[in-house]
Amino acid sequence: MLPLEEILAGLGVAAIIAYSLLAGADFGAGAWDLLARGPRKNEQRETIAHAIGPIWEANHVWMIFLVVILFSCFPSAWAALSIALFVPLHFVLIGILLRGASFVFRAHGAQAAGFRSAWGPVFGAASVFTPFVLGMCIGAVSEGTIRVRGSEVLSGYWSSWTGPLAWTVGALALLQTTYLAAVYLCVATEGELREDFRRRALLCAVAVPVVATLAFPVVIIQAPDLWRGLTQLHVIPVILAGMVLGVASIWFLWTRHFKLARVAVAAEVIMIILGWALAQRPYIIYPDVTVRDAAASPGMLRFMLFSVPFGFAILLPSLWFLYSVFNGKNPAAKEQPPARFTGPGTGASGYVVARRRGADRQ
Amino acid sequence: MSNLLAARVQMEISLAFHMIFAAIGIGMPLLMLMAEGIWLRTGKEVYLLMAKKWAKVTGLLFAIGAVSGTALSFELGLLWPKFMAFAGGIMGAAFALEGYAFFIEAIFLGLYLYGWDRLSPKAHWLCGLVVAISGAMSGILVLSANSWMQHPTGFDLGPDGMPTNVDPIAALFNPGWFVFAMHSTIATYIATSFAVAAVYASGMLRGRRDEYHMGALKLAMTVGAITALIQPAAGHLNAGFTTKYQPTKLAAMEAHFETERGAGLSIGGWPDVENRELKYAITLPKLLSIMASNGDPNYEVKGLNDFPVEDWPNIYVVRNAFQLMVGLGFTLIGISMWYWASRRWKMLDNRLLLLALVASGFMGFTALEAGWFVTEVGRQPWVIYGIMRTEDAVTPAPNVVETLIGFTALYILLTVTLIGILLRMRTGTPYTKGEVEKQSEDTGGTQVAPA
Repeated sequence: MLPLEEILAGLGVAAIIAYSLLAGADFGAGAWDLLARGPRKNEQRETIAHAIGPIWEANHVWMIFLVVILFSCFPSAWAALSIALFVPLHFVLIGILLRGASFVFRAHGAQAAGFRSAWGPVFGAASVFTPFVLGMCIGAVSEGTIRVRGSEVLSGYWSSWTGPLAWTVGALALLQTTYLAAVYLCVATEGELREDFRRRALLCAVAVPVVATLAFPVVIIQAPDLWRGLTQLHVIPVILAGMVLGVASIWFLWTRHFKLARVAVAAEVIMIILGWALAQRPYIIYPDVTVRDAAASPGMLRFMLFSVPFGFAILLPSLWFLYSVFNGKNPAAKEQPPARFTGPGTGASGYVVARRRGADRQ
Repeated sequence: MSNLLAARVQMEISLAFHMIFAAIGIGMPLLMLMAEGIWLRTGKEVYLLMAKKWAKVTGLLFAIGAVSGTALSFELGLLWPKFMAFAGGIMGAAFALEGYAFFIEAIFLGLYLYGWDRLSPKAHWLCGLVVAISGAMSGILVLSANSWMQHPTGFDLGPDGMPTNVDPIAALFNPGWFVFAMHSTIATYIATSFAVAAVYASGMLRGRRDEYHMGALKLAMTVGAITALIQPAAGHLNAGFTTKYQPTKLAAMEAHFETERGAGLSIGGWPDVENRELKYAITLPKLLSIMASNGDPNYEVKGLNDFPVEDWPNIYVVRNAFQLMVGLGFTLIGISMWYWASRRWKMLDNRLLLLALVASGFMGFTALEAGWFVTEVGRQPWVIYGIMRTEDAVTPAPNVVETLIGFTALYILLTVTLIGILLRMRTGTPYTKGEVEKQSEDTGGTQVAPA
């Protein structure tokens, strides 16, 4: 049996995975909004807006989960992270605020000014910026640039999170979210629009392995202990599985098996994050803060752990309901597309099924 | 500007901003539900249009509440890392449960906002019910953490100054929770319903007298009047808690400088802290003692002189915010009585009443913010009352002034944009289906958007 604090750290990793797969894809979709090009530019943006509209707020809550797990179960680690990552986490907050606000501002301004309202580019830019900086924070806790003694953070407010590994992980996180989003959007669309997103997905499918390959020397030189962690016997299969799934996702995209591609790319992300977490173990902040050092009292750990089955007993059916309703599979609904798609002025000719792209992406 | 001041101001701005949207996220779902419920029962389409309109506004404002709430969950640690290092492992339970409640709220709000055509009317209404309940629950749960800061329980202080023997359940059910949660939750309903009333009263000032406007106003004033009337009782319970556990705060609220038996209740006036007196106030003899003890006119009420000056909160802020809150609260009761009396005697066509209703929209939120200032500024100089001082909790990071400027600018930008969008959303009375069809026949098939 794992010690209590390790189980809760595992829950934290699960929250990171859920956030990456769900909210990460929402950020990626925002990036594709920014990069919308070609004759179907507006249709691309509309698809993205309708795909993330009902669900981005719920997806975003995984971040709050992670934060709550960190400050409740590992309060001293959270305090150290808050000091060392004071600057990037503020950037992240500005990104989160601007992304969410611009999304709803744009939606409500859409009738008047179309998708070109000033908040459109803000939405896209914040969607690119936020996952990049979050990735940098993840890189920073593995790189050894954050140094902590007792309750004191010794490293600088900029040097803590701007090492080579941090930049690399930032770039990888951004590319991975755009890849996820492009694949999910392939599933949610049809016809030429789908071809648009397939081309974008394939572009990412090339870029991710290139950056990942470049990441290897950075890890070996910059974070030798992380490298040793990644090359442990029980971690190698996880990383290899991630690579195989990545290749499989490209193959499925190429052969237009989009649903399989979605499964493969989601599984690939799970494996990569899991591999990183296993290599990072037992540290929350390498090399000074371990899961055990930072753990809160057993009472709190038990409370958090026991709240999980109750919470998820309500949460998971609710999430299933949300995703299935917007995937058009809800038996209670009169089956008809939302009114806004049939109205004049939306441009395209019935191309869209307002599908939830994430229904079975768990 | 010192780090401490900058961090406090950043926290205040972030909370003051978030609080408006959090309150709306609790209050609006109730109003939406009532409007949709009336439509379900009576089939009157204006109420469906009302619910849809309110859902749109709620969707917009909830999103801002969600992201500004995320910012706060980080800022607790970013600005007050030592507070979180101490308190995170004790009061985290409240946040964990709040996380679930908020998650449920976000899920079902998504269903409610985007599910009009995808759910049966009843299922849709039930989704709204879940939003209203989980919204209130998430507010109530977060208040447990807040009331814990006022009266920390569920741990012992260890020799290293850190908590030991932590009991998260005892911390969650800290004694102030019930009264805090009740007073604050009622305040969200008051603020929201008077704000909604103000919108429709301003429409009526422009001459609208249709069922849409009258019905919306009546609905909002139903909730507004009931909640405003019970609020003084909840406030009294809250003051009773404060008397018992935070006498310094109570003394500051009442600008009560000298400990005395048979203390009078002072209304209005201006505290002169240097000379330790309250000037120009009307004093009702013995009433403070009676209220503090629930009946004993000679009860001894502790004055500020019993506490060292370094433990005083800012008397000006606490006293004046308290007076403002109470004054506005009673004004709102008056306005709602005025409205219901006018309705009873069919005298709603009164410009003065409508103007008062418009003003009440601002009063509710001002009272909400003022009450929060009383609670939180009144807790100073402690971040955890009696345990940790705010100055000891602040981050050592040197950039707080910069982040304060950045966040303030961002919040101003968001506020201005929101006001612009909300003003654009005032489209007057929406047309019912029948009217739209009739119009499109008249104009030869082209749809006419509501003016």
